[in-house]
Amino acid sequence: MWISVAVIGAGTYLTRLSFIGFFGEREMPRWMELPLRYVAPAVLGAIVLPAIVQPEGVIELLPAVNPRFLAGVIAAVVAYKWRSVSLVVAVGMGSLWLIEWVF
Amino acid sequence: MLIAAKARGIPGALAAPGWSLRWRTLGEQDVQQRTDIRQVGFTDGIQAMAPLLLAVVPFGLVLGVAAAGSAIGGGLGTATSQIIFAGAAQLVTIQLFDEGAAAVIVIVTALVVNIRHLMYSAALAPHFREFPRRSRLLLPYLLTDQAFALSILQFEKIEDPVYRRWFFLGVGLGLWLPWQGATIAGVLLGAQIPESLGLEFAIPLVFLVLLIPVIQTRPGLTSALVGGIVAVAAHGAPFHLGLVVGAVAGVVTGVTLERMGEP
Repeated sequence: MWISVAVIGAGTYLTRLSFIGFFGEREMPRWMELPLRYVAPAVLGAIVLPAIVQPEGVIELLPAVNPRFLAGVIAAVVAYKWRSVSLVVAVGMGSLWLIEWVF
Repeated sequence: MLIAAKARGIPGALAAPGWSLRWRTLGEQDVQQRTDIRQVGFTDGIQAMAPLLLAVVPFGLVLGVAAAGSAIGGGLGTATSQIIFAGAAQLVTIQLFDEGAAAVIVIVTALVVNIRHLMYSAALAPHFREFPRRSRLLLPYLLTDQAFALSILQFEKIEDPVYRRWFFLGVGLGLWLPWQGATIAGVLLGAQIPESLGLEFAIPLVFLVLLIPVIQTRPGLTSALVGGIVAVAAHGAPFHLGLVVGAVAGVVTGVTLERMGEP
């Protein structure tokens, strides 16, 4: 795990350095720019959706079996309206515990 | 000087007039002027970053708590804040290792999450061109979403390379130090919290917030949905490849939609 973290750290530094350090005068080519714009939504979607609909590996939407789906939906509404990390984490965790307690 | 700084309110919004005002009064002493530009730039950077810490510190706390209760542990969890210094990639690393994903998948995913730095680097490169070589090598370590957004705004207003260099350092360190503090505090806190509370659920919750601004366009939203649905469908794939497959599908969708001329 330490080695992986070191590789990720080095790779991250290189992406940060890239145009500043190596390509100085060059502009970013368009074929690179377009896909980069969709990396964030695609990766985040691919992380978030499985984490709330199938935390145990099987798709479950019933709050009694998988409280994370309902808690995630509530948190999504709060995220959409207020965009505050602390608020969303507080509401999301709060709903999770409440749903677990109710069922 | 204090009034000028206060009057700015929103970082960068009125910085140029405030700055030139101070610059002119100090311009009489040639030797002091140079040192002062550095100081002004650095202080402006710190001040510009300060309001963003409201969002960054809870994020760092969550990260620390999650790390302490996961397979990666508090020690390595804290070290990711210095070695990687990129919140989303750190969270991905912690979560995937906790789920037992293969090292290659963790590395690829974390680097894909961080590939947006290429964009920032490309946009900042023209402004960094006048910096000394050592700064061009060291300062990019401090390049984050927040540092990028604040600097690119300020660089459009103030052209002095010395000011820019110190502003970037101020913004960078203004984030780096609180980030380290928040992570460590989170790790210490996390060690006290029982696992049954399911605190690792905070990770997707943070990502949910990060997701909102990038799905404001139709291709962005579709890209996120396709990425999520494909990842769910491919969940059974070995080595957590489902995540990578979902991400690729999402990117392809977004690019295709934009090529087709969707707004």
